[in-house]
Order: sequence, then C-alpha cells, then structure tokens
Amino acid sequence: MKRGNTPLLIFILILFGCSLWLIWPGTELLGRDEFKLGLDLRGGSHLVYSIDLSKKDPAQTDADVIEGVKNKIERRVNAYGVTEPIVQTIRNEQGSFVLVQLPGVKDIDEAMRLIGQTAELDFRELELDEDGEPVLGEEGREQWVIAKAEGSDGQERELTGKYLKPNAQVVLAPQTNEPEVAFEWNEEGAVLFEQITQRNLQKPLGIFLDDQLISAPTVQAVIKEQGVITGLNLEEARMLAIQLNSGSLDVPLTLVERRDIGATLGEDSLRKSLVAGIIGSAMVILFMIAYYRFSGFVACLALLVFVVLNLAVFKLIPVVLTLPGIAGFIVSIGMGVDGNVLVAERLKEELRRGRTLGAAVEEGFRQSWSAIFDANVTVFIACAVLYWLGNTFGNFLVIGFATTLFIGTALSMFTQVVVTRTFMRTFVGLGVAKSPGAYGVLKQ
Amino acid sequence: MIDLIGKRNWFFLISAIVIIPGIISLAVFGLSPGVDFSSGTAMTLTFDKEIELSQLRQGLADMGYDMAVVQPAGEGDFFVRLPEISAEETTKLKDGLEAGLDTELTISSLYSVSPVVAAGTVRNTIIAVVVASIGILLYISWAFRKMPKPIRWGTCAVIALVHDLVVVIAVFSVLGWVAGVEIDALFVTGVLAVVGVSVNNIVVVFDRIRENLKRGVSRDFEVIANYGIVESLGRSLNTGLATLFVILALYLLGGTTTHTLVLALLIGIATGIYSSLCIAGQLLVVWEKGFTSRQKAAPSSG
Repeated sequence: MKRGNTPLLIFILILFGCSLWLIWPGTELLGRDEFKLGLDLRGGSHLVYSIDLSKKDPAQTDADVIEGVKNKIERRVNAYGVTEPIVQTIRNEQGSFVLVQLPGVKDIDEAMRLIGQTAELDFRELELDEDGEPVLGEEGREQWVIAKAEGSDGQERELTGKYLKPNAQVVLAPQTNEPEVAFEWNEEGAVLFEQITQRNLQKPLGIFLDDQLISAPTVQAVIKEQGVITGLNLEEARMLAIQLNSGSLDVPLTLVERRDIGATLGEDSLRKSLVAGIIGSAMVILFMIAYYRFSGFVACLALLVFVVLNLAVFKLIPVVLTLPGIAGFIVSIGMGVDGNVLVAERLKEELRRGRTLGAAVEEGFRQSWSAIFDANVTVFIACAVLYWLGNTFGNFLVIGFATTLFIGTALSMFTQVVVTRTFMRTFVGLGVAKSPGAYGVLKQ
Repeated sequence: MIDLIGKRNWFFLISAIVIIPGIISLAVFGLSPGVDFSSGTAMTLTFDKEIELSQLRQGLADMGYDMAVVQPAGEGDFFVRLPEISAEETTKLKDGLEAGLDTELTISSLYSVSPVVAAGTVRNTIIAVVVASIGILLYISWAFRKMPKPIRWGTCAVIALVHDLVVVIAVFSVLGWVAGVEIDALFVTGVLAVVGVSVNNIVVVFDRIRENLKRGVSRDFEVIANYGIVESLGRSLNTGLATLFVILALYLLGGTTTHTLVLALLIGIATGIYSSLCIAGQLLVVWEKGFTSRQKAAPSSG
C-alpha cells in the first residue's frame, strides 16, 4: 500500500460518514433539516391577488399597470430569495389578477405581506399656520402634509420613494445597533431633499409607508444625497429595503385566494421517474460490474460516495432543487461514471501490456488524468459562464442547472482522483482481486 | 483497425441529412411553444368525488391536452393550466372530463394567463450558451497549447458541440409538426444538459488524439487522429450506453411530465456520442488535410 493512503482512506470514510449522517432524514445542522425542493418538484403556496385598476393613474394604460405590478412582484419575490417562483398575470370577467406560486416558503404570512403591500413611501412635513405653529387636526393631533419642493425643471414635486436609487439596504446603526434602511436619492430626489431638509431644520420630518408613519426624525442638517429610515425591526427593515428597491406598486392589491398547491410536475409522475431512475442506475451498476469486474465494483463504491457527498452539499448550502438542478446533478453523475470508465479502460490496457497490478493501477490513473482534468475544467468553465449570465438575466432555469453541475463537477473530480484511487490502492494493497481477469482482461 | 477518419465525408453527409432539413423545418415551422411559453387558460376544478392526480391527467390527455400542467390545490381541487382555449372548448372539456371520470365537476375559477416562462428566457439561454461556448473554445485552445495550432482544437470542439445542439433543436422542430411535440422549460434544461455531456465527450476524444500526437505514433495526422478515436471507442460506447440506459429507463418508465427533458437528452446524448467519434476529430483532419486525403493512409493494425 502506498504511503499516505491509509490516512486518506480514513479521511474519505469519515467524510462519507458525516455526509451520510447529514442527509439522513431528520438530521438537522445549522437549521437545515430537509432538502429544499422547488415548485416543480414539491409545490408550495398559491396566491391570487386582484389588481384594483380603478385606482390607477388615468394617464397609464391597464396593460402597463398590470405589467408593472407583475414585474415589481417578481423583483420582490426574487430579492426575498425565493427560487423559481411563478408570477403570472391572469384575467377573467371579474378583472385582472396576479397569480403567485411560491415554493415551500417557511413564513408564508411574511411573504404575503411583502408581495401585497403597495409600499408607497413618502416624506411629509408638519402643516404649519402663519405663525409657524403646527395646525392641529380634529383629534388635536399634528397634521402631516407631503413635502413638496421645486424640481430641477422648476416644477413642484412631491418627495416620494420614486426618486430613490434602487440600492437601499439594511444596516445596523453604529451606536444603538438598531436596524436601519439606508437609501440614496437620485439626482432629482437630491434636489428636492436638499430644499426640504433646509426648510425643516430642527423640525420633524415624517416618513410614511402606505400612509402609516414609520418614523419622524428631527432634521439635524441639510442633506442632499442620502438618508436612513429608523424605527423598524430587522425583518421589517429587510422587507422595506426589498420593496424600495423593487418600486412601489401603482395600484393596491387584495389577496383573493390562497391555497397549498402541489408540484407542477405532478407527484405521481415524479415518483414514476424516480423509480425509473433507480432502475436505470441499477442497470448501470450491473453493467459496470459485469464489464469492468473489480474496477467496476470499486467505481460504483466511489460513485456512491460521490452521490452522498453531493446530496450533503445540496442540503448544507442549501441548494433549492428543481428539475433543471436535478438535470445538472445527473450530468455530473454521468461525468463521474465516465471518469471511472476512463480509468478502468486504461487499467485494462496497462494490464494487457503486461504490467503488474500495482503499476497498472498507478499508470491507469496517471494516463487518464489529463482527460479527466480537461473535461471537468471545460465543463466547470461552461458552468461558471452559465451561472454568471443566468444571474445577470435572472434566468432561474440556467442558474439551477449551472449550480448543481458546478458542485457536481468539483466533487466528481475529487471522487475520480482521490476516492477511486484510494479505494483501488487499498484493495490492491490488501491483495484483493489479483488476477487480470478480475479487471475484465481476457486471458492472453 | 477501423478507419473512422477516411469515411469522414460520409459522416458529414449523415449529419447534413439530419441538419439541413432540420434547419429548413426550423425556418419554416419554428418550434411549437408549449404552455410554459405561451398565454393560456388556467382553471380551478372542483370534483364531486375524489379524483387521483394521475386520473385527471389521463382524462386531460384523452381529450388531447397532454401538455396540461396539473397541480393539486387542496381539498380535492385541482389547478390546471392549458393552452388558450375558447369558452366553447371549455364547456366541451368540462363535459368530456365529467363523462371520462364519471363525476360532476365545477370550474370554480377560470382565467386567461400570461406565459409562465418569461419571454426572454429562450433568448437569454441561447446567449448564455454562446458565451459559454466561447469560454470552452478559449479553455480548450489553452489546454492544447502544446499542440500545433491549438486554436483549431478549440474551434473544432465548439463546432462539434454546436452540431449536437443544432441536431436536438432541429429534431424537435420536425417532431413539432410531425408528432405535435411542444417545447417547454424542460426542453431548455435538456439543451443545457446536452452541452455538458457533449463537451465531456469531445474533450476525452481530443485528449486521446493529443496523447498519440505526443507519443509520435505516426507522422500522418490522419493516422494519429484515427488511432485516438478508435482507442476511445470502448470508453465512448460504454459511457454512452450506460448513460442511455438511464435515459431510456426514464423515457419508458418515467412520468409523462418530464418527457420533453428526457427526449431532448436521448437525442442529444446519442448525437454527442456520434459527433465525438465521427465529427470532432474528423474536423481537425479536414482542417489539416482537406476533405480528401491525397495518399490513402493505411494504418497498420496496432
């Protein structure tokens, strides 16, 4: 047995054991208690919102409003971190709706609030009378009016969320450690904000979300570009940031239907495919063992390690598994089988040339290395490009595929180079399967 | 030894026989978009008795809606997405299902819906694949940098890859009007998977040719390339067949909802095996020596 082989073998076995433990149903680590499956494989929540077109700005067409609502909801859901949601606009005699299907989102109420809120943000100042005293309303409370200022073109404009750059983010205030939403104004917003902070120095400025006051900080200085919104808890701050970045909806939405929904690909159909996949894999295992004999057997052991490691990574990250993701995984298994076939073929060739078993094993791995390396790296590069562009385009299908294939290729290289070789060396060292016939080489 | 290089023009001809009509079909008929890509009709169905998901899907398939997306929606209800149908067809569908499943059903909500998959998805997937191909070209050219004219290796690999993708897309276009096969989001997934599998095949064969070139098996590149391809034959067929086993099992025994993906894989992987053995290396030789070799190389059997 080669030196260094035993520690490697122990390492692999421990890694395998831990991974197996991790993927065992019921194991929980870092809050990952189960595989995350997408809408196509498991289903999720089905929400229908009606779009109140009577409240739209008359200047906009119905189609534009509906499309805008759909796009903004898509952006919100994506920013919330939901993989492959379905967002569709739907229509019937009763009006227009948005249909949203979300895969197993844990806190559905929160997601519903995130989606359904108009999220119209505006800044208001206190209404003052001629003496500069606040005007009191019927209940003796101060009256807020939306702050207006002169825009860059001389037109008077209301200061609302539409002048924000889409880069609001949640930060923790340095002193208090309270969550805040930090925002930046665009050029026009900065022009307005400067005038408004100027005239409201040492006075409160109300920040309203959907007509609800969220905070009313006192203006301490004239500010142009940026600001923060306080008075929220962490979750609220996170949602507000998402909503500000996605834009407010032009019209209010009402939730009209909410159901739990099954997988788009159908549980029954998926179960059949799973069984078919298992039958297919069993055939591959039989074929590998029948054709390559002992190397085939070792390859199957190595592939078992590969599959278990892969699933553990999927659970740990966690990767949301959808059918494109499964396809990527299957391609990586195929490449794993291929790597092992390459090695087994080389091993046979070397044995036919009359090398000793030990030498043939080493030579088999050495010779097949360049092919395995280049093939894996090429696929790796393709995946990286696909992932990057998938992200740029917001194409979940491509992202899902590239993610699992990326992980799979990395692990498959590890399996082919480290796991199969270590297993092979161990068995050869132990003196198991000595005759060339055990590797599928016919008697010379 | 089999001469796979000498027959290169035959192989090119075979590919052309598939690709040219395929491209014509693509130009004339395009691809027929499924429910995912087009506007359609969605409805919630409530049944009087308990209906299994598979029963309903079968019932819909019997009426010609085999691409319908059916999701159980709790309490025995189902949410069904279909291609756009008229009010008349809806009534017909309702009556047909009631007769077929022997139950009363209520359509509790009926909508026209926008496409599930965003309009740009196919387009930006193509862009992503094209850019990924450039990455593949660059890497292979770099990996074969010690070979004479490494850029040829990268280019030939990418041509072979594109060949496989075009075959898949072309066959789907033909199947679209011949057999009513529609493309959905899964088809796009299938095309991506074919990229992965094909690239792997091509690199393995090229690696073998590279090795023989380094060893100086022959002076004639044609002989070297042929050696490399023939030596990869065992591996290519074994891996290919092993993969096809799984795909075939999925096709024959698997659920109907994943058929498009499996069909794309079946065509793509079979084409990939063919192109790695009969196209990729041959292209290298053509680049080196043209379509016909001046002297017929007679490789001695090894």
